Amino acid sequence: MFDTLMILSLTILTVAILLNLFRLVRGPSNADRVQALDAIGINLISGIAIFSVFLHTHAFFELILLIGILSFIGTIAFARFIERGYAIERKR
Amino acid sequence: MHDLLKGVMLLSASAEVIAGIFIFVGTIISLISAIGLVRLPDVYTRSHAGSKSSTLGVLSVLVGTLLYFVISEGYFSIRLILGIVFVFLTAPVAAHVICRAAYRSNVPLTETSAEDQLKDYFEQQSKEVNE
Repeated sequence: MFDTLMILSLTILTVAILLNLFRLVRGPSNADRVQALDAIGINLISGIAIFSVFLHTHAFFELILLIGILSFIGTIAFARFIERGYAIERKR
Repeated sequence: MHDLLKGVMLLSASAEVIAGIFIFVGTIISLISAIGLVRLPDVYTRSHAGSKSSTLGVLSVLVGTLLYFVISEGYFSIRLILGIVFVFLTAPVAAHVICRAAYRSNVPLTETSAEDQLKDYFEQQSKEVNE
């Protein structure tokens, strides 16, 4: 029963990621695409959490933290690139 | 001995019920957020669906995971707490930065939006720079 509920949750999450992927491909501006990418990263975190409950293991908890940090840094870098035209500024 | 075994099984069952409710509600909220991200008309309105409800969904799933491992195994994961705090701090900041970048790169508002208060401010600022 519990395993069925977890698989059902993973299926719903897959549908959510597919809807986000539609916005990622379709999005009229670049900001839409970055927003959809951020939402996909957040949904991926909850997918990993559900998967670790499903497998009864603690091995994937570092992965949650890692994907959170990488998704945040990627979003900030993309936003700076959209706003100014470059991501890392040089002093010279 | 028999009572102990029954107690452990009962504990595991209650962990499954509590974690199941939290995780299922979290995934439903994530699905609602994704539907909002597809159907809303604008970057700025889509940001509401993409940041607020999505954060609530992932927080609910992570709290359910934490409670599952605390109740069933007695394992309190500090990494999971760190993940919850990090997601709770960074997701609104990321949404704000994306919206600011979108406005400064002149992404248009949808036609049904009532007023644009920031437009006057930017025009005044560019006028001061030109003078």
